[in-house]
Amino acid sequence: MRLDVKKTYKLFIGGKFPRSESGRSYQVSDSKGKHLANVSLASRKDVRDAVSAARSAQPGWAGASAYNRGQVLYRIAEMLEGRRDQFVAEIQALTGKTAKQANAELDAAIDSWVWHAGWTDKIDTVAGSMNPVAGPFFNISTNQPTGVVGAFAPQDSALVGFVNTIAPAIVSGNTIVVVTSEKLSLPALSFGEVLATSDVPGGVVNILSGKESELSGWLVGHMDVNAVDLEGASKPAELELMAADTVKRVLRKGSYERLGSSGSLQHILELMELKTVWHPKGH
Amino acid sequence: MFDYSPAPEAKLASFASSYGHFIGGKFTKPQKTFETINPATEEVLSQISHGSAKDVDLAVKAARNAYEKTWSKLSGAQRGKYLFRIARIMQERARELAVAETLNNGKPIKETRDFDVPTSVAWFFYYAGWADKLDYAGMGASPKAHGVAGQVIPWNFPLMMLAWKVAPALAAGNTVVLKPAETTPLTALLFAEICQQAELPDGVVNIVTGFGDTGAAVVGHKDVNKVAFTGSTEVGKIIARQVAGTNKKVTLELGGKAANIVFDDAPIDQAIEGVVNGIFFNQGHVCCAGSRLLVQESIHDEFIKKLKRRMETLRLGDPMDKNTDVGAINSKAQLQKIKGLVAKGVKEGGDLWQPACKIPRNGFWYAPAIIDGVSPANTVAREEIFGPVLSVITFRTPTEAITKANNTEYGLSAGIWTEKGSKMLKLADQLNAGVIWSNTFNQFDPTSPFGGFKESGYGREGGRAGLAAYLKGGN
Amino acid sequence: MDAETIVGSRLTNQSLRRWLHSLPGVDKVGLEQRAASLATRSIKTDSKAWALDLIISMMDLTTLEGADTPARVRSLCNKAITPDEDDLDTPSPAAVCVYGDMVQHAKAAIGKRKIYVAAVATAFPSGRASLRVKLQDTKDAVAAGANEIDMVIDRGAFLSGNYLEVFKQIQAIKQACQRPSGKAAHLKVILETGELQTYDNIRRASYLAMLAGADFIKTSTGKVGVNATLPITLLMLQAVRDWYDEYGIQIGVKPAGGIRTSKDAIRYLVTVKETAGDLWLDPDYFRFGASSLLNDVLMQRKKLKTKTYLGSDYVSVD
Repeated sequence: MRLDVKKTYKLFIGGKFPRSESGRSYQVSDSKGKHLANVSLASRKDVRDAVSAARSAQPGWAGASAYNRGQVLYRIAEMLEGRRDQFVAEIQALTGKTAKQANAELDAAIDSWVWHAGWTDKIDTVAGSMNPVAGPFFNISTNQPTGVVGAFAPQDSALVGFVNTIAPAIVSGNTIVVVTSEKLSLPALSFGEVLATSDVPGGVVNILSGKESELSGWLVGHMDVNAVDLEGASKPAELELMAADTVKRVLRKGSYERLGSSGSLQHILELMELKTVWHPKGH
Repeated sequence: MFDYSPAPEAKLASFASSYGHFIGGKFTKPQKTFETINPATEEVLSQISHGSAKDVDLAVKAARNAYEKTWSKLSGAQRGKYLFRIARIMQERARELAVAETLNNGKPIKETRDFDVPTSVAWFFYYAGWADKLDYAGMGASPKAHGVAGQVIPWNFPLMMLAWKVAPALAAGNTVVLKPAETTPLTALLFAEICQQAELPDGVVNIVTGFGDTGAAVVGHKDVNKVAFTGSTEVGKIIARQVAGTNKKVTLELGGKAANIVFDDAPIDQAIEGVVNGIFFNQGHVCCAGSRLLVQESIHDEFIKKLKRRMETLRLGDPMDKNTDVGAINSKAQLQKIKGLVAKGVKEGGDLWQPACKIPRNGFWYAPAIIDGVSPANTVAREEIFGPVLSVITFRTPTEAITKANNTEYGLSAGIWTEKGSKMLKLADQLNAGVIWSNTFNQFDPTSPFGGFKESGYGREGGRAGLAAYLKGGN
Repeated sequence: MDAETIVGSRLTNQSLRRWLHSLPGVDKVGLEQRAASLATRSIKTDSKAWALDLIISMMDLTTLEGADTPARVRSLCNKAITPDEDDLDTPSPAAVCVYGDMVQHAKAAIGKRKIYVAAVATAFPSGRASLRVKLQDTKDAVAAGANEIDMVIDRGAFLSGNYLEVFKQIQAIKQACQRPSGKAAHLKVILETGELQTYDNIRRASYLAMLAGADFIKTSTGKVGVNATLPITLLMLQAVRDWYDEYGIQIGVKPAGGIRTSKDAIRYLVTVKETAGDLWLDPDYFRFGASSLLNDVLMQRKKLKTKTYLGSDYVSVD
C-alpha cells in the first residue's frame, strides 16, 4: 500500500503561497471531528501584506479591459471544473455532505463564476447612464471599482459562499483580501491554486485563513481598505463602527444571498463608485 | 472710473418673529429659542426653536403615521403631482426664497436668484416625474420605499440641499423628518409653508430646527429607516458610527479637497473662469470646491498673473447687491476656522495673496485668497478650508498630476482643463472622484448623479442613482 | 517689434498657421457662460449716467446704405454734432462712419469739430475685389480726409488657410492709410466674425490682424446674419489685453452691428471694464459701430434726468 502525499494548506497572498508570517497554524477537522489538516493561522502582519498586495494589484486589474476580466473569470470556472474531484472531496470531508450535495455546491460555485464573468462588460450598459442635463454638456455616469475590499466569507459555507464573496468584488476591478470560514477553510485555500493557474494577476485575490475574530479588527481598521464585506464576521456592529473611521463602504451581514449559482447586480454595484464626467459641447 | 453704484435687491421676504417646528402639517409653538442672524450684518432675523429629542420623536411619529396612513397608499402618479405642485409654488415664490436665502446665509443674491432657487425647483420637477416610474429605477418591479427618512442638511446651500433630499425621498414614497442647519433654518421654514400651500398631506414633510444634538436625535431615532446627511466628514463619521449595527440605510455626502488641474494646452481664459468659479463661488463654502489648483509648471507664472488680475475684479460686499460676487462668510465660527487654516498655510511657507477689498464693518468677511507655493504635505493642501482660499501646487506631467490629485483622503470632485480629448478621458478614468468636470466646473443638474469616493461619503444624489438611494434594495 | 520676430520665423502660410494654432483654444460654452454672467451686472443711477455718456462718446454713428446721399450724411453729421438739442451737454459720438464716397460730405458738415470721419473701404462688405481696387478705395477715402479706415479682411483667404495673403493685404492697406503729412488714418480691421464661425478662428484672426498692424479690431460689417455679440467681443478684448501684456501695444476693439439698446451697450462696457480694464474705457480704444443705438441712449439719458419714460417721437430721427 502506498502512503498518500498530503497537501500543506497555506495562505495565498500576492499570487504566492506563503505560510503565515507568524509561523502559526491551526487544526482543521472533518465533520466528525477527525483531524484533516494543519492550516496557516494568519496574523495581523499577513493582513498587512495582503492589503499591500491587493493595493498594488488594483490599478492594473481595474485597468484591464472588461473583456479581458471576463475571460479571466471564465477561466476560473474552467479551472474549478477541472479540479472537481478535489473540491468535492474537501467539501464532503468538511461538511459531511453527500457526493450529490457536494457536487451541487461545486456546480453552483462554477456557474456563479460563469454568471459573473458575463457581467464585466455589461455593468455600465445596465447601470451607467448618459444624463440629459439642461445645458450644452456631454454628461456620462459610469461605475468604477471602489478599490480594495476586505471581506469575511460566510462561516457556514465551504466553497460557494466564499466564491460568492470574491466574485462580486473582483468582477468590476476591485481587489480583495478575504478571510475564509475558519472551520471550513480547506476548499477556500485550495481555491488559491485555481486562481494561480487561471490568469488572475497576483494580488487580485488574497486569501487568509485563521480566526476571524483575531483578524477582523486589523482588516477593517486598515486605512487602505475602501470597502468591507461583513458577511462572515462575528461582531459586525463593532466592525461597522471601525469602518466609520475612514468612511468605508460597508456590506452588512445578510445583505446578499451567497449560496446560489448566480449573484446580484446590486451586490456588484455596492462595491463600485458611480463617477460622472461633464464636458462642454461646442465648437 | 466705472464704479458700479449700489444695486440692491428689494427685501421681498419677511419672517415671523419666531418659529416653532413643522410637525404633522402644523407649526408648533416656539420653544427654547435661539437667534438666527444675517451673517452680512449680524442683524437678528428671527427666533428659532431648538428641537429636543421629544420634538424629534413627535416629528418621526407624524412621519410614520403619514407614511402608513396616507403617503404609502397614494399612487405614484398622485405623489408626483404633489411634487409638481411644490415645484410650481417654489417658482412662484422664487424671488422671495432667493432673498430669504441671501439674508440668512450671506451668499450673493445673484447666486440665490440664478442658481440656488432654480436648481432647487429643477430637483422637484425632475423627481416629480420619477414618482410613477419607480419600476424603471433598476430595482425590479414595484420597489418599496424605506419608510421614514431622517435628513440632516448643511448651511452652505440650505434650500438646495433640502430639495436634493426631500424631492427624491417623497418621489420614492418615503416621508421625511428634516433638520436644517442651525445657522440657516429660514428657507426650510418657508418651504414648510409651501408644503401647506400645496396641501401636501400632514406629516409627509416634517421640519425640526436645532443644533447638532437635534440632528443626532433624528439620525438615532429607532423608527427612522433611512438616514441622509450632507455636511462635514467629521460629522459624517459620527453618523456612520451612530447607525452601525442598525438596519438603517445611509447616504453621506461629505467634505472634499478637489484638484482643479490646468494643463498648458488648456483653454486658458475659460480655465481662469473655471478656477475662480471653482473656489470663490458661494465664498468657497462648497464641498466640491476646486480648492487645490494643480497648474502645469510651464504656465504657472502666466496663469497666476491672469488669475490675480481676474480676482481683482471680484466684488465683495453686501450680498443683497446684485453685483456682489463674494458675500459674507456664514458664521463667526467658520470665519475663525478659515483664518486659522490660512495662518497655518502661511506659517508652513505658503505665499498668501489677496486683492485689495473693502471689508464691511459688520458681519463676517474674508477676502478671496490664493496661497501659492504649496506642497502636497502642507495643511492647506490637505484639509478642507470651506472658504474662499485656493492652494496652488504645480506639476510637470500627467502622471504627476494624477498622483497629486488623488493624494487626499477625499474624493468628491475634480477638474481637468485641456483641449486634448484623449488626455482628458484618460485622466477622468484615473481620478478617484465622483464628479469630474472637464473644461468646466461646479455644474449641477438633477439628472446628473453627484457624490463622492473615499471619505467624501457614499451614495449619490441626482439621477436614477439618487432615487435608488430612497428605495429598498438600492445602494 | 516686427511680425517676423513675433512669429519667430520668416512669414509663410505654414509659419503663420503654426503661430496662430499655438494660441490657447477657446471653449465655447465657458466663454458664453462668462459673457452671460457679465450681462447680469446691474448698472444703476450715477454709474448708469456716466456709462450712457461714455457710450455716446464711443459711438461710430453709422450709415452704410446703398441709398445714402450727401443730404442723408449731412443729417447724420448734424445729429453727431448736436445729439440732443434739449441738452447741449450731451457728448458727441467719436466718429461718423460712412462709405468712402461720402467722406467729403461728412468732412464738410463736421468741419473742425472733434468728431472723426471713418470710412469703410476695401470693397466693403464682401471684400471681394482685387488688391489694386481695395488700395485705391482706401487711398480715395484717405485723400478725401477720412480719419479712420474700416477695412474688411479676406475671409475666403483666411478660411482656406491663406493667412499670409490676409496678412499682406492688411499691411498694404495700412500703408495706404499713410499721408504725406505723416498723420495716418487709423486702421480698423473688420474680421467679419459671423463668417469665421468659430471662436478659435476669431481669436486667430484677431492675432493676425494685430500682427499686421491693425489699430483696432472690429467684429463685423453689420451686413451678415451674425454681427457683434457679447462673447465675441469678450474674446477680442482678451486678445487685445494679452497683446498689450506681451508687446506693450494697445489695440482697440469695435463691436459693430446689432447693438441697439442702452442696456446692451452697458453690458459691453461692463465686459470692457472686467476683461481688458480701465485703459480700454476710452473712445480711442473702444468703439460701438451702431446706427440706432444713439437714440435709445438719448432716451435713457432723458429718462434718468426727468424720471419719466420717453416716446420715440421725443428724440430726433437722424
